[in-house]
Amino acid sequence: MINNSLKQLGQMLAKKEISSVEMTQTFLNRIQQYNPSINAFITLDTDKTLAQAKLADARIAAGGDEPLTGIPIAQKDIFCAKGWRTTCGSKMLANFIAPYDAYVISQFDTAGAVNLGKTNMDEFAMGSSNETSFFGGVKNPWDFDRVPGGSSGGSAAAVAARLCAAATGTDTGGSIRQPASLCGFTGLKPTYGLVSRYGMIAFASSLDQAGPMAKSAEDCALMLDVMAGFDERDSTSLNRPKEHYTRDLNMSLKGLRIGLPREFFAEGLDANVAKVIEVAIAEYKKLGAEIVDISLPNSQLSIPVYYVLAPAEASSNLSRYDGVRYGHRAAQYDDLMDMYMKSRAEGFGAEVKRRILIGTYVLSAGYYDAYYLKAQQIRRLIADDFTQAFKKCDIIMGPTAPSTAFKAGEKADDPVAMYLQDVYTIATNLAGLPGMSIPAGFSNGLPVGLQIMGNYFDEARMLGVAHAYQQVTDWHTQMPELKIPEVVA
Amino acid sequence: MEWAKNNWEVVIGLETHTQLKTNTKIFSGASIKYGAEPNTQACVVSTAMPGVLPVLNREAVNCAIKFGLAINAEIAPRSVFARKNYFYPDLPKGYQISQFELPVVGRGAVTIQVPASGKNAAYEKVVNITRAHLEEDAGKSVHGAVEGMSGIDLNRAGTPLLEIVTEPDMRSAAEAVAYAKKLHELVQWIGICDGNMQEGSFRCDVNVSVRPKGSDKLGTRREIKNLNSFKFMTQAIEYETRWQIETLEDGGKIQQATVLFNPDTGETKSMRSKEEANDYRYFPDPDLLPLEVTEADKARVKATMPELPEAMKARFEVDFGLSAYDASALTSSRDMADYFVATVNAGAEAKPAANWILGAISAKLNAEEKSIAENPVTSIQLAALLRRISDNTISNNAAKQIFEYLWTPQVAELIIGDSLEEVTRGLDALIEAKGLKQESDSGAIEAVINEVLAANQAMVEEFKAGKEKAFNALVGQVMKASKGKANPAQVNEILKKKLAN
Repeated sequence: MINNSLKQLGQMLAKKEISSVEMTQTFLNRIQQYNPSINAFITLDTDKTLAQAKLADARIAAGGDEPLTGIPIAQKDIFCAKGWRTTCGSKMLANFIAPYDAYVISQFDTAGAVNLGKTNMDEFAMGSSNETSFFGGVKNPWDFDRVPGGSSGGSAAAVAARLCAAATGTDTGGSIRQPASLCGFTGLKPTYGLVSRYGMIAFASSLDQAGPMAKSAEDCALMLDVMAGFDERDSTSLNRPKEHYTRDLNMSLKGLRIGLPREFFAEGLDANVAKVIEVAIAEYKKLGAEIVDISLPNSQLSIPVYYVLAPAEASSNLSRYDGVRYGHRAAQYDDLMDMYMKSRAEGFGAEVKRRILIGTYVLSAGYYDAYYLKAQQIRRLIADDFTQAFKKCDIIMGPTAPSTAFKAGEKADDPVAMYLQDVYTIATNLAGLPGMSIPAGFSNGLPVGLQIMGNYFDEARMLGVAHAYQQVTDWHTQMPELKIPEVVA
Repeated sequence: MEWAKNNWEVVIGLETHTQLKTNTKIFSGASIKYGAEPNTQACVVSTAMPGVLPVLNREAVNCAIKFGLAINAEIAPRSVFARKNYFYPDLPKGYQISQFELPVVGRGAVTIQVPASGKNAAYEKVVNITRAHLEEDAGKSVHGAVEGMSGIDLNRAGTPLLEIVTEPDMRSAAEAVAYAKKLHELVQWIGICDGNMQEGSFRCDVNVSVRPKGSDKLGTRREIKNLNSFKFMTQAIEYETRWQIETLEDGGKIQQATVLFNPDTGETKSMRSKEEANDYRYFPDPDLLPLEVTEADKARVKATMPELPEAMKARFEVDFGLSAYDASALTSSRDMADYFVATVNAGAEAKPAANWILGAISAKLNAEEKSIAENPVTSIQLAALLRRISDNTISNNAAKQIFEYLWTPQVAELIIGDSLEEVTRGLDALIEAKGLKQESDSGAIEAVINEVLAANQAMVEEFKAGKEKAFNALVGQVMKASKGKANPAQVNEILKKKLAN
């Protein structure tokens, strides 16, 4: 059952082959068995979870037929969920109980899904390995010595290890797609503004976007049906008619023009990863797609641009954590300034501090024009590159990450090496475009992700393109063989 | 210091925070009602919970558009909200959402009336407005509620403000105060601010610098923060000006600084210097879209605007033949103008109504430090009184006595009614009761005159000998003999005839 699709799980529930409580308990048992070694979850609350499962069962008994009713979903610990501890992976919020529900949480509630628990993540979503979490790193289920990617590392490991039916993530520079690549499953970052950010703890507001992390394109489509929607509480939420993201799953790829950006296959890409991507592209040719050579010349500037803009926004977004109203406050302090300094020095980890410092610097008087303003200008050029490219092609493909999962600690002390993990994903965040990663094979036993990028609001087509591939390959159904750890008493 | 002051010119610019009269906060649905229990109007947005987002209250935008239209300003088709970053316990997000590079209201102007003072006559002056922008207010730090601790009340956090910035166009405390008063009236006139200065709905920061007379270079300015009374504003500017001139005369230099005015000592004191000033690291707020104001938006708001004081003033001059001075005084506040119009609508003639409102009523209000809104005499009562003056039922003197009675609430309450007729009946009863009715029966007046002439032969002789003054004395005697009730015009006329014989 654990490897079943969301559709299959939904059918089991509808046919009363299994109750939501039983299904939820199955996943909770797996979590109990494997989480102590994988560390995918920060907070579990079985009482709340099972209460929701019971409600779902009642709803199903009453004839409720929403696709995700009764299905246990893991929530990234960046979403406020009323009554749940919501930490964002930080000591700063280690004891914060959210007083309200994020849009995403309430959408799943409305759909009747079960909140299985809050998943581990890099602190305030800043990281590509989950190693910056205050609650410890997360193991990659394919190799416990390796990282799952980040920042949605807990959700990634939970999906890969089948500790949940599906999970949510957020993606500011690649935080859904890179872990999807490193852990071998399907993850989608929607068009900016498609999923409301209300109640999603902000890292970089103009880039943050929530999306599904699941086993297949079809599962992601069902998840996105629940997550997407207009929300007047988020001014950047887009008011457009509700779509059904499963609608193009069975589309034909005949004549589909796939653009391959030269810059994504150049220096810096691991040779084995490149080979896997080439094979995947060949598969698409077999499915009837045409390959078009394109260029995204400014995408090479994505990383420097991102590391000006994202920290700038973060430095301001994280100012609210001052120890005054909630969150960590130093035990002892002399005066107000001392309280601020000690509370923030103790509450934030090294990477968060690094980004606050960078952000504060680039916004400072005398530097703003040279850094922030210039970065905004280049951001527009990067978006323009995509506009040009989509005149020549329908879909863009390339690698999601430059390499497979790396070893824990390998890049922890080298921020620039870490930042390069997102070299292929950041450009879409800067442009506000949708991007996804699907499993495309293995290199030395580790998963490799193929990135699919679409034009604005092209999620349904992207999911169709991914689904067509998943009909002729089985990479997405492959599960890691989990080492059986000692059973925790 | 007068000799020194004459060599210097003071240059003043104002930044005024007006609290907008919306129902809810600028970026959330929480109430902004004043005086609620601490933190009872602090929703998840007001307390800056993790994950919350601002949503612009369009009502606040409409207030800004109203102001822009009222001062003939450019209203930006596209303006941008920016974050002003600094740490303070009552600033929950660690930044204030404001507007920086692109404000919603651009350049405009306000015409002020500077009252006469000493040898200087009253004059008008145009003060240019640089910009007006929307922003949110901070909360309040409450000291002393708990021993040794400071409390934070976030009820006010997120209250919509319009910050109105002038050019450095004012040259005296009197001009600055005249501007502030004019602005204070204007924002109430157009209904965007309740004007309550005690509750902080209208607060001024005043930038003051001095320079040698004739210089066209601006001196270094110091900013006096948060003045919430016109009296303090005058005192603070006068003190600050004197201090800056003395400092320069003594060979010192002015350092750019933010200062606070202490009403107890009457002095200004530096809070922080430029070096200590925050770098606010402004940048466009990524949580909010640029604010767009279309021509249609402007037209819609315009349709809801009352007639503006300038237009009303011009109309009063044309329609009622009032002098520019009177028309201007009557439109100095919405309440004043409303009272005048109501009096005229009740049936009074415009000129006498203007004279009474700007004369007796204003004097009385000033003496009692009351506003026109607190005037106990209703517009219908005033119209009735004017009616009885014009139809000679009472003399002007008697009218003044009646007015005193009307000022007493116990009496005024007895003379009520919805129509002029009704109120006039009540007023007549009062006139009757107080025996103030004017004697207009020429026979009766003549009888009194005859008595007076008989009793004052000496005066009659004096008049006949060419002493014009004696005539007035005789009139006085007649008025006295009639206990002030005789119609003075008739007395004049009959007396003249009699003496001519």
